Amino acid sequence: MASEPILTARGIVKRYGRVTALDNADFDLHKGEILAVIGDNGAGKSSLIKAISGAIRPDEGEIRLDGEVVNFRSPIEARKAGIETVYQNLALSPALSIADNMFLGREIRKSGPLGKVFRMLDHAAMEKIARDKLSELGLMTIQNINQAVETLSGGQRQGVAVARAAAFGSKLIILDEPTAALGVKESRRVLELILDVRSRGLPIVLISHNMPHVFEVADRIHIHRLGKRLCVINPKDYTMSDAVAFMTGAKTPPPEAMAA
Amino acid sequence: MSEPTAVSQPAQEFEKVLSDSSRQLASFDTDDKTAIQKLQHFLHSHPAGVPLIVLLLSIIIFGSILGTKFFSAFSLTLILQQVAITGIVGAAQTLVILTAGIDLSVGAIMVLSSVVMGQFVFRLGMPVEIAILCGFGVGALCGFVNGWLVARMKLPPFIVTLGMWQIVLASNFLYSANETIRAQDISTTAPLLQIFGANIRIGNAVFTYGVIAMVLLSIGLWYVLNKTAWGRHVYAVGDDPDAAELAGVNVKKMLMSVYVLSGLICALAGWALIGRIGSVSPTAGQFANIESITAVVIGGISLFGGRGSIMGMLFGALIVGVFQLGLRLIGTDPQWTYLLIGVLIIAAVAIDQWIRKVAG
Repeated sequence: MASEPILTARGIVKRYGRVTALDNADFDLHKGEILAVIGDNGAGKSSLIKAISGAIRPDEGEIRLDGEVVNFRSPIEARKAGIETVYQNLALSPALSIADNMFLGREIRKSGPLGKVFRMLDHAAMEKIARDKLSELGLMTIQNINQAVETLSGGQRQGVAVARAAAFGSKLIILDEPTAALGVKESRRVLELILDVRSRGLPIVLISHNMPHVFEVADRIHIHRLGKRLCVINPKDYTMSDAVAFMTGAKTPPPEAMAA
Repeated sequence: MSEPTAVSQPAQEFEKVLSDSSRQLASFDTDDKTAIQKLQHFLHSHPAGVPLIVLLLSIIIFGSILGTKFFSAFSLTLILQQVAITGIVGAAQTLVILTAGIDLSVGAIMVLSSVVMGQFVFRLGMPVEIAILCGFGVGALCGFVNGWLVARMKLPPFIVTLGMWQIVLASNFLYSANETIRAQDISTTAPLLQIFGANIRIGNAVFTYGVIAMVLLSIGLWYVLNKTAWGRHVYAVGDDPDAAELAGVNVKKMLMSVYVLSGLICALAGWALIGRIGSVSPTAGQFANIESITAVVIGGISLFGGRGSIMGMLFGALIVGVFQLGLRLIGTDPQWTYLLIGVLIIAAVAIDQWIRKVAG
């Protein structure tokens, strides 16, 4: 996949006190690909993803989206630029309903004076879209779109968060451990959804510890180690044990992968 | 719900059996719930239910003990008049508590606003309309300072508003020089200040404009909290500010707007207070902050934020009013009223905790 990059990061540095979480990290995401990011705990995967999604501001370095330098001060700005993220903690408000959560921060108002003057929300439209998106996922055994998110199981909550990102992402989608809380069947559905999203042309960044899932769906695998990009490999050329060996430092990756 | 075709060729060996898996949707056991569980679920989705039930029960009990002395249009509307100020301040308190904050300065802001409205007319000779606007401006300014310290400086709301309570109250005494503006002077020079004391009579029922303002304000805020994006964001921020921020809510701006609106509502309460007592007194409304928190808590609004309904606050304020009038008419020592209100507060928080367990 030698296509042009949609998102690049160069020399990203992030320090927390005396801990350096990101040490001159680079990152490239190409158009229409699924890029998996793997690495040991503490390798800096989460910090890298947060820097891209606007949740943290890197101390140094440059991020370009579609060739333009971007400087997100908050996740809201990243979202406006078309970057949707499903965080590990899901970022759902427990007491609000499923529909309210999906449209949090981008509510649809009624047309006409009710919406313009009285700022009334169009609950019916939002519920319909939410229902459609959830059925698309096939994850849902939810009966009531108005039930509070806190009454859902862990897998159902994950489904709501993934559906929200898939529905609104326009440039790229970042999924942080999207299958971690899911059963076999639900994981399969999420992986299908990821492939489905790619077929619509949206690139995806997938952070996961689940090697079979990573090797199944990823076009390229970004291996993160000690705060920087160690190498990028093609899953067809390497085995899962190679990847694990690279990421834990048991093996040194070949130079051509390092250059990528 | 159609099965995606990709399921027929699963990638992982252990997933092959998935094509045979049950197509049945998860069924939720809705029938074999006990009455108590049903009640718990009902209250979880209708947070104003408990205070409404308590309010109706207390009206029925006092009505059956006292008969028509209590159960008359005059007495029942008298309760409304007595809780009008608490109800308006309680609306401001509700907004702040829904964001998981607390506002101890509401009473002080109310009094300072009323003093500004009065003194600007009598000391500075301003037209009354401008003076009232200045009162609202002072309320908004106090709210802005609270909001700025909470949202930008990240100070705990309890500490910020504890400090502001003292600062605003002291400013109030310093500026007013502890002077009361007499009711007769107000009604001759600036009757607009007393507008909320005017009333509409329907038979024996007396509705002051202050009562009407309280009810309209509650309905208005109910609409805003439930039917607009801003209202949904108030709940989201109170529920989990980090999640709300990540999901795209501007948490700082939201908190600022809540505290400023709270200050404006306190100024409205200050105006209504002039109507209620007739005069402008810097020593009035000493307990408005505690009374408003009591109404909010008895109204089933969670002090941890994100849960509850503004109608619950209104019912909570009315419950306190019913107890106060009912026990006074029975002729008990007023301390019994405080004792019972104390019991109600603790019971309300206990019920809140129980309802939360529905999420398990």
